Amino acid sequence: MTLMAEVGQKAFDLGVPLAVHLDVTYRCNERCVHCYLDHDDHGEMDTAEIKSVLDQLAEAGVFFLTLSGGEVFLRRDFFEIVEHARRLLFNVKIKTNAVMIGTAEAQRLRALNVDTVQISLYSHRAEVHDAITKLPHSFERTVKAVEFLRDQGLRVTIANVLMTANLVDQYGVQKLAAELGVHYTVDPTITPMMDGDMSVLALRIPGEELAEVFRNPALVPNQDEFCAPPPPPSDEDLEGYSCSAGHSFCYISPYGDVFPCVQFPLPTGNMRRQTFLDIWNHSPQMNEVRSIQARDLTTCSSCSHVASCSRCPGLAYMEGNMRGPSTADCEKSFYRTGMPTANMLRQGLARPQSAATRSAPLVQIQPVVALA
Amino acid sequence: MPEMYIARSSAIAARMLAGEMMVMNSADSTFFTLNEVATAIWKAADGRTPLSQIVRDHICKMFDVEYSKAQADAERFVADLAGHGILLVSDRPFVVEQAQ
Repeated sequence: MTLMAEVGQKAFDLGVPLAVHLDVTYRCNERCVHCYLDHDDHGEMDTAEIKSVLDQLAEAGVFFLTLSGGEVFLRRDFFEIVEHARRLLFNVKIKTNAVMIGTAEAQRLRALNVDTVQISLYSHRAEVHDAITKLPHSFERTVKAVEFLRDQGLRVTIANVLMTANLVDQYGVQKLAAELGVHYTVDPTITPMMDGDMSVLALRIPGEELAEVFRNPALVPNQDEFCAPPPPPSDEDLEGYSCSAGHSFCYISPYGDVFPCVQFPLPTGNMRRQTFLDIWNHSPQMNEVRSIQARDLTTCSSCSHVASCSRCPGLAYMEGNMRGPSTADCEKSFYRTGMPTANMLRQGLARPQSAATRSAPLVQIQPVVALA
Repeated sequence: MPEMYIARSSAIAARMLAGEMMVMNSADSTFFTLNEVATAIWKAADGRTPLSQIVRDHICKMFDVEYSKAQADAERFVADLAGHGILLVSDRPFVVEQAQ
């Protein structure tokens, strides 16, 4: 086990929020076809409120801080926020589309010793990228920003969200990242929009195509292990937990709402009315999330994939039951290994029901302040 | 032997976890956890207090250890972290204010 993994396990066991994802805005200058956010400002936290959030996170033991959005650079106080975060000695990662980053911004991020800048890039072809972002010339601006940041010596990762519109471009983006001398990561997850609109799910890569992604040796180096049929789950596996959501990780919205994860829209409290530690330690919802072991899962506890599945409790929650299966992950497990899941067998399906075609209503993130 | 002054690099991220200090250098992503003694030295590395005084006032008192042995251990520790860019070392006090 690496030192980092050991520390992660220690934080998990102790219930320390080692990592937090903070969206500082939902506003954006792009209109990506697959985005789950609305882009209006429903009452973002101001500078002083965000600084107070950061103070409380540092006090609670948070080490890894991801600042994201929306587009973070649309906040005029963004550098002030980063400066405050670095003064508090967070390891800061920024997620951005980078179209507002020029040499001066890159230099400032370097001076602030930001750890990583993750930049969304959908294609190596300008016309495809711009069609997804709906912002003309965004490809050109984003790639230039990657160069500015790289030239400052910053660690840059190109994040390639895969969907039907750009599936064939994954190798092209990977090659472009290599040419630019930056890291590359790929993610085939498309989530429903926060207003409940599920039309974006039609952009999800069909399951058959997922198998192709999983068998790309450049993306998955340990093919044999990754795609092997799962061994029978042990007692230890059944005592395990799905992921770090609510255990050592959580998400905070621009309105101060705290959730177990960015992909887990269960409101647990609001930092405009409560302290972070009050929510983290005493929220009944947070405590419920962290109480769920694999043996408590309604269908998945009897599934042969239970130990190796990427089952996301947040996606399961969006389907109506945080203890239930996440259809998208059932699909991934099936196409990764060729073995049907318990959820499929229960429904008598030989192939997974595509998450993209589900018609059941999904639970979505709603700002707690707006509901109050 | 000239005095040794130590300051924390502004490139690092750090946080306490269960009594140990986690430290990460953004320049190369090297990640460390410091034991109790190292954490005490790291916390006292304000750029103005000589290492010998840090050892005398903090390490010897907190951990009941003989000065010469503690000083030798501290110098090795400082050299190691300086090699990874976590600590800055000088024979005179640093003038730049520490971030924290």
